[in-house]
Amino acid sequence: MPADGGIGAPTKRREDVRFLKGTGRYTDDLNRPGQAYVFFLRSNVAHGRLKSVDTSAAAAMPGVVRVFTGADFEGVGGIPCGWQITDKHGEVMQEPAHPVLAQGKVRHVGDPIAAVVADSLEAARDAAEAIEADIEELPAVVDMKAALQDGSPKVHDDLTSNLCYDWGFVEENKAAVDEAFANAAHVTTLELVNNRLIANPMEPRVAIGDFDQAGGNSTLYTTSQNPHVIRLLMGAFVLGIPEHKLRVVAPDVGGGFGSKIFHYAEEAFCTFAAKALNRPVKWTASRSEAFMSDAHGRDHVTTIELALDGDNNFTALRTETHANMGAYLSTFAPSVPTWLHGTLMAGNYKTPLIYVNVKAVFTNTVPVDAYRGAGRPEASYQLERVVDKAARELGVDPIALRRQNFVTEFPYATPVAVEYDTGDYVATMDKLEEMIDISGFEARLAESKKRGKLRGLGVNCYIEACGIAPSNLVGQLGARAGLYESATVRVNATGGIVVMTGSHSHGQGHETSFPQVVAEMIGIDASMVEIEHGDTANAPMGMGTYGSRSIAVGGSAMVRATEKIIAKAKKIAAHLLEASEADIELKDGQFSVAGTDKSVAWGDVTLAAYVPHNYPLEEVEPGLEETAFYDPNNFTFPSGAYACEVEVDPETGKVTIESFAAADDFGNVINPMIVDGQVHGGIAQGIGQALLEACVYDEDGQLLTGSYMDYAMPRADDLPFYAVDHSCQTPCTHNPLGVKGCGEAGAIGSPPAVVNAVVDALQRAGKTNVTHIDMPLSPSRVWAAMNQ
Amino acid sequence: MTQVKMTVNGKSVSGEVEGRTLLSTFIRDTLGLTGTHVGCDTAQCGACTLHVNGKSVKSCNMFALEADGADVATIEGMADADGTLNTIQQAFQDHHGLQCGFCTPGMVMTAAALLKENPSPSEAEIRAYLSGNLCRCTGYHNIVKAIMAASGQDVGQIAAE
Amino acid sequence: MYAFDLERPTTLADAQAALKSDEAQPLSGGQTLIPTLKQRLAMPEKLVSLTAIAELQGITKEGDTLTIGGATCHADVAADGSYPALSALAGQIGDPHVRNRGTIGGSLANNDPSACYPSAALASGAAIVTDRREIASDDFFTGMFETALDEGEIVTSVRFPIPERAAYVKFDQPASRFALVGVFVAKTADGVRVAVTGASEGGVFRWAEAEAALSSDFSPAAIEGLTVPSDDMIGDIHGTKDYRAHLVGVITKRAVAAAG
Repeated sequence: MPADGGIGAPTKRREDVRFLKGTGRYTDDLNRPGQAYVFFLRSNVAHGRLKSVDTSAAAAMPGVVRVFTGADFEGVGGIPCGWQITDKHGEVMQEPAHPVLAQGKVRHVGDPIAAVVADSLEAARDAAEAIEADIEELPAVVDMKAALQDGSPKVHDDLTSNLCYDWGFVEENKAAVDEAFANAAHVTTLELVNNRLIANPMEPRVAIGDFDQAGGNSTLYTTSQNPHVIRLLMGAFVLGIPEHKLRVVAPDVGGGFGSKIFHYAEEAFCTFAAKALNRPVKWTASRSEAFMSDAHGRDHVTTIELALDGDNNFTALRTETHANMGAYLSTFAPSVPTWLHGTLMAGNYKTPLIYVNVKAVFTNTVPVDAYRGAGRPEASYQLERVVDKAARELGVDPIALRRQNFVTEFPYATPVAVEYDTGDYVATMDKLEEMIDISGFEARLAESKKRGKLRGLGVNCYIEACGIAPSNLVGQLGARAGLYESATVRVNATGGIVVMTGSHSHGQGHETSFPQVVAEMIGIDASMVEIEHGDTANAPMGMGTYGSRSIAVGGSAMVRATEKIIAKAKKIAAHLLEASEADIELKDGQFSVAGTDKSVAWGDVTLAAYVPHNYPLEEVEPGLEETAFYDPNNFTFPSGAYACEVEVDPETGKVTIESFAAADDFGNVINPMIVDGQVHGGIAQGIGQALLEACVYDEDGQLLTGSYMDYAMPRADDLPFYAVDHSCQTPCTHNPLGVKGCGEAGAIGSPPAVVNAVVDALQRAGKTNVTHIDMPLSPSRVWAAMNQ
Repeated sequence: MTQVKMTVNGKSVSGEVEGRTLLSTFIRDTLGLTGTHVGCDTAQCGACTLHVNGKSVKSCNMFALEADGADVATIEGMADADGTLNTIQQAFQDHHGLQCGFCTPGMVMTAAALLKENPSPSEAEIRAYLSGNLCRCTGYHNIVKAIMAASGQDVGQIAAE
Repeated sequence: MYAFDLERPTTLADAQAALKSDEAQPLSGGQTLIPTLKQRLAMPEKLVSLTAIAELQGITKEGDTLTIGGATCHADVAADGSYPALSALAGQIGDPHVRNRGTIGGSLANNDPSACYPSAALASGAAIVTDRREIASDDFFTGMFETALDEGEIVTSVRFPIPERAAYVKFDQPASRFALVGVFVAKTADGVRVAVTGASEGGVFRWAEAEAALSSDFSPAAIEGLTVPSDDMIGDIHGTKDYRAHLVGVITKRAVAAAG
């Protein structure tokens, strides 16, 4: 067991104390002196021409400060998209304008038409009802395939169609893939839907714009996973405020799961209005508002085909996916169905030929972007479902079929442009089998049967690419930003350390696990290290927390900066010890001269750096503060094997999760307690997707799941205890910590396990015609499938 | 505006409210006790859970005036006077029963109400009692475990770790 | 929410007086009304809270009759136990916090088509007592969100004859946890009553065929082969009309089995 506070220790979280006492500081807990409140009047139709917006009556109402409309934002930039896809013909994607407030048209239910700023929220809301918006309702486009048909109404009049891009990957391989299918001994085909979800962090989004007229400085307080990214996007592309005049602060953030990565119109509005009114402006989303303004996730419709030879080796894979973009392109939307999805289609298998086609489509729905896993759950789900189906069709054991086709040698270059540096898929599958007592399944099945229940077991594996990622690679792939991370390590005179990082925790426990890394490197107690994050005034730059990147990229930046600190401290120690720098060793916070008993403590060196009375001034500057930017040379590739056992009530179709096991390989682990928690949460969201959650629009584009009354969130009694294990560790080869990241694995690995288990239960009960049920596997859907 | 008076965490407080002022709004905005969170508007998420006259309620689904004269307990009053976490709070930290912390005050207040009614609840009883509190981070595993531990039950055999 | 005045009388007489003014509306536990107000779907000028009125609180048992004050919260009914099936039902409404606020009178007066209590009142043949009259449950529920109550009429108590055997089984709508289908079965010397909630476009209803079958044979097998017409059922994203019609049979059988 590692020392408490060091790498590998299950150190209790220091941030918990304030959260448990109710003294956390979330954005909505902040109030600026004299602040006004904004209420957004949002479209209640999915598609319409905005003929006029008369705000005169509203502006005259009590307490109203000013009413803004799209006209106030003419000449102001639109909400930008951070990723440009080049399609299979070499053309760049179609990219529509995304005004802060609607101009000309409304394109989804929830699209903001006007913003009322008033002395109180209720006054703003009262006045919003007095706004007369004359909207000529237009036919809505909701279904993706219908949206691509000739004559479909267009979401954006100035684009040629509703097709954002038609991406082929790898286009050069297409003919070879087609040929492999023509020569296949067996082909398994599956059509499936990856259901549209809403991230639903428990803290709704909040934005507070503030403006210091004397200095001309703007500040935005916002619920963000990446305040520096918001500063860059909003400052450079929307409002034209240079970074040095704009500060973005994200205090405690109450969950995000991707939905708080993106730059949203409300942030730009509050910053803009605060300056225009010279008064702080606050917006707090209601949950109902969140449902129609937070970016949604998933929403893919896919046909996947797997070709096998006569020995059941996978010979080729071919997919066609329609991916919903919604009405506008959210920050990272175009990258999700392409580079975060197509590149993962090899999964854990050595399939030699793969072709992925993705058609991204505009519809009159809320924009869709990354949600926990982002593209990788979609890839894993298709692949692990089609492999399961193939095993059934061939009459072979699904685990054996997987094992037969595993990649076993690393590094492994996939046919979809990525190189897995390490992994051991056999080891995680072995571990999983050890965890789930497969031999006892028949007895459990018999016991379920006695109670009139069906029982099934589903197993799958997954791979993901995270630690996102190398700037040079993502640049080639269309990213309009770098994806490094920065860290500044500031050592104070008495030896305490403040680490300023561009990563930003929204529940991951960075304040605890990051100090474990820095403290271990120096050999001091973790309590001597404090993390500052979530404020552009601190860390020099940051790309934020998503894509399971914080420890792999942010942590590595901290390692690099700490290495610089140690190097400089050794110089100072050498001077103090009158020894050669090359002979200085650092252990347990003591600098010593190799082979002697001469040493000097960490605190003596740090004091010397700030009180340089006896100091090598000609060799090093006083002070002890270093910054590093870390940009990896590859993604990391966590992997694992998951299993789920379910019972199905044949009379009602209700599925209950009887057990769930996860064997993950995250490489090295900094805080196993936190890692377990991340996996638990991911599994719950994956089970939620598989059994409960669906964001549903009707054909007119009305949101049918606009609140928790209709959007089924997983609750405590929907879920079991989970067995999780991460003892299989193949360290990442290219980052200094050997870590891979763990934040998304649970959500990526779990949906196929659940669906495989339910199909297994029905098949075992003789429902052999049920080869697939689309998620969520609600009681009514399962019952319908059983009675089709 | 109407004057409302109540006892909150043992202290007598008062303020001016409208008929429509929610108890959660009074607690957060008037009293500045921002540990009580608001996560939904349909009374489902439970982040706003606090105790009124010893019973757990969703404070965003009750008017401040309905608590006139009541004894209210919020998350800010749960720790010991010297700041030490109480048994439930400590169990949440020990067993990693929270991540982002937003649902946590509601979870702690709910756990306190449960253990008052049922000092040694089973796993199923805990899960059922949490049906009005949503957590999006933990998958509930460590919340259930923490509550079992807070009630003095052995949680060593629970899967994981 | 729109602005309104909130009064909190402590006697029934004061509540009645307060409700005389136009656009005044009673507020009981508020667990449904407050979310509705937040969405600005209601615009009362005045809300009259009933929860501070002592005479509307409490549970009393006299012989085989259980009388529950209109403003008695679900948690109190759940804890009472003198009518076990009713207590079990109350313990399944919403969640523990909602049960500490929501009241029986409020639930019945709202008559949400997916609420639990209407099925208990209807199956038990309860009498809904108001400040003006007494209404038999068969006459009380007049349609989805509609009852026989007049404007400003207050449910002061509900009187339940306690049956020989009874049970409530609820199949949850996965999101709201209201009843997708809930069935309350009550057997008395006079026969069997079966009330179904959650399923029908018309709100809670009695299932006559099941009642007839069960009156001669009180066993799950008696339900076999009986169906409700799916045309009358609610069809939505949580279940088709056919699914709900099917569930009515399944859940009724389970309720009969539970009633023993």
